[in-house]
Amino acid sequence: MNNAGQAIHLKKEILVRIIKAFFSDNFEENTRLIPYAMRPKGMEVPYRCCVYKERAIIKDRAIAGLGFPIEEDDETVSLGTYAEKAIKRDELDGRNLTVLQAACKGCSTNRIYVTDLCQGCVARPCQSTCKFGAISIIDGRSVIDDSKCKKCKMCVNACPYNAIVKITVPCEEACPVGAIKKDETGFASINHEECINCGRCISACPFGAVHEKSQIIDILKAMISKKKVIAMIAPSIAGQFPGDIYKLKSAIIKAGFDDVYEVAQGADITANNEAKEFMERMAKVNEKNSEWLSEWANAGGYGESEETKDEEKIQNFMTTSCCAGYNQLVKKHLQEIKPYVSDTGTPLYYTAEIVKKAEPDAITVFISPCVAKRAEGFDNKNVDYVMNYEELGALFVAKKIEILECDGEKYVVEASKQARCFGYSGGVADSVKASLQDESVIKPCIINGLNKDNIKQLKKFAKTGECEGGCNLIEVMCCEGGCIGGNATMNNQKTAKKLIDNLANNSKDIPKI
Amino acid sequence: MEKIKVQVCLGTTCFVMGGANLQELNDIIPRKYGDKVEVVGSNCLGLCSIQWEYSKAPYVKVDDEVVHEATVEKVLEMIDKKLGK
Ligand code: FES
Repeated sequence: MNNAGQAIHLKKEILVRIIKAFFSDNFEENTRLIPYAMRPKGMEVPYRCCVYKERAIIKDRAIAGLGFPIEEDDETVSLGTYAEKAIKRDELDGRNLTVLQAACKGCSTNRIYVTDLCQGCVARPCQSTCKFGAISIIDGRSVIDDSKCKKCKMCVNACPYNAIVKITVPCEEACPVGAIKKDETGFASINHEECINCGRCISACPFGAVHEKSQIIDILKAMISKKKVIAMIAPSIAGQFPGDIYKLKSAIIKAGFDDVYEVAQGADITANNEAKEFMERMAKVNEKNSEWLSEWANAGGYGESEETKDEEKIQNFMTTSCCAGYNQLVKKHLQEIKPYVSDTGTPLYYTAEIVKKAEPDAITVFISPCVAKRAEGFDNKNVDYVMNYEELGALFVAKKIEILECDGEKYVVEASKQARCFGYSGGVADSVKASLQDESVIKPCIINGLNKDNIKQLKKFAKTGECEGGCNLIEVMCCEGGCIGGNATMNNQKTAKKLIDNLANNSKDIPKI
Repeated sequence: MEKIKVQVCLGTTCFVMGGANLQELNDIIPRKYGDKVEVVGSNCLGLCSIQWEYSKAPYVKVDDEVVHEATVEKVLEMIDKKLGK
């Protein structure tokens, strides 16, 4: 296994052990023993220097599995105590990510580095190209003064021997908003004010250092309480487990839930509402356009140079609003696009509302492909907990549930073909389109995975009120590929999409508005 | 020569513990070995329940031999060994 594969395997194994410990006769003690069970005395050490270090790291990962921030651990508190605290807790805090800093050590800081390939040539293009005087020649070789280097990469491009390289930190590279940084001490930390919970850093880190703070204990606690616990499964789940969503429903119930709803059910409402909203917005655009035209004509058609004020700006496009990562981006970094974002609720919003209306006392758990939905769940009073696909998988493993052997059960409300495809890039725009009588009025622009470049583009669209190529509906999905590319997915995207399509092709069409 | 049979476990435990990534073998094996090796997906091979050995999942069987904590590389290595390469 490559590094990342090992780390993911380790994370899941720890979750399975935590869940097993929860159902054992002594949760605290069996949790405390997890690192020792996984790395018993005398065992050959698979990854790190010694068994003690490995145990320490397993302990840290288990802290996240129990739902606590690893950064705040002072090493004196035992895992057993954390387990006890997890059992007693009745509130979550809104921070969803935590970094296992001990794992960061293996990764060097972001900098420009002269390798041994440096020939010490006389021309020294690196030195002459550097605008900051950061390069000097010592013993015939180029050396970079990190305090002066601005990481502009001019020297990297100038060296004829390709001897200078940029060493990147994968998490920093992956973060679209610069919220995770490795500091001088060599440890990465997350700025939670800036973080949009997109989960990119989780997938990017080869050491598996970034963890989601799990709510698994809170969910298990709810399961053994008298309350009903209802699972709401995201559309993308159809491609994530063996078997179909009907067998999956039976398996989820076997795992301890009382009922299962498809969030695609809410996606049908989202698509329909978004289609209505789209038509209203576009009608307004037409109205404003003709108003503006007549005004312009009345004014003789000249002298219209003043910049239009924000409120008056014609909004020629609307963006979707179902991606939690995108919504956080808008809130924290892209306020200017807010007026363009659809006011329609997310599929989870409508589904949770339906569930809570039907079962006011039930505990609702959203089963999610990504960490961003934890933030959405935290802000929505109808969503009590969020569990990701890996955690659900761990629960199946811990409870020895074989999905393929389950009977299969229908859903009370079966979602439409289009709604079931909400989880991959293009699926949302397609559903909105299919909701309309005249599909041709929509000209979609698909943002498939947010990055620094398309965030800039979105800024520009917001400023001008106009999207590229005359498009009028921008579908934004934070992850590449859509939700099937979420940080907690298990299947490769190609297969996942195929499985979703299989299901969708056997489903009815979305109703038109 | 007998065909070598590769069984990739697609049971829940194996799938969750990383077996999903092994589906690549469906493309790689025919490309690499032609019809000397046959690859099939399989329901739970029953290995995960022997002493509840989920931590060694995913499992792949190459003829009678078990590859635990299977990765694409490990499986290919085992096939090569079997083929006497
Ligand atoms: S799931 Fe693979 S051996 Fe049981």
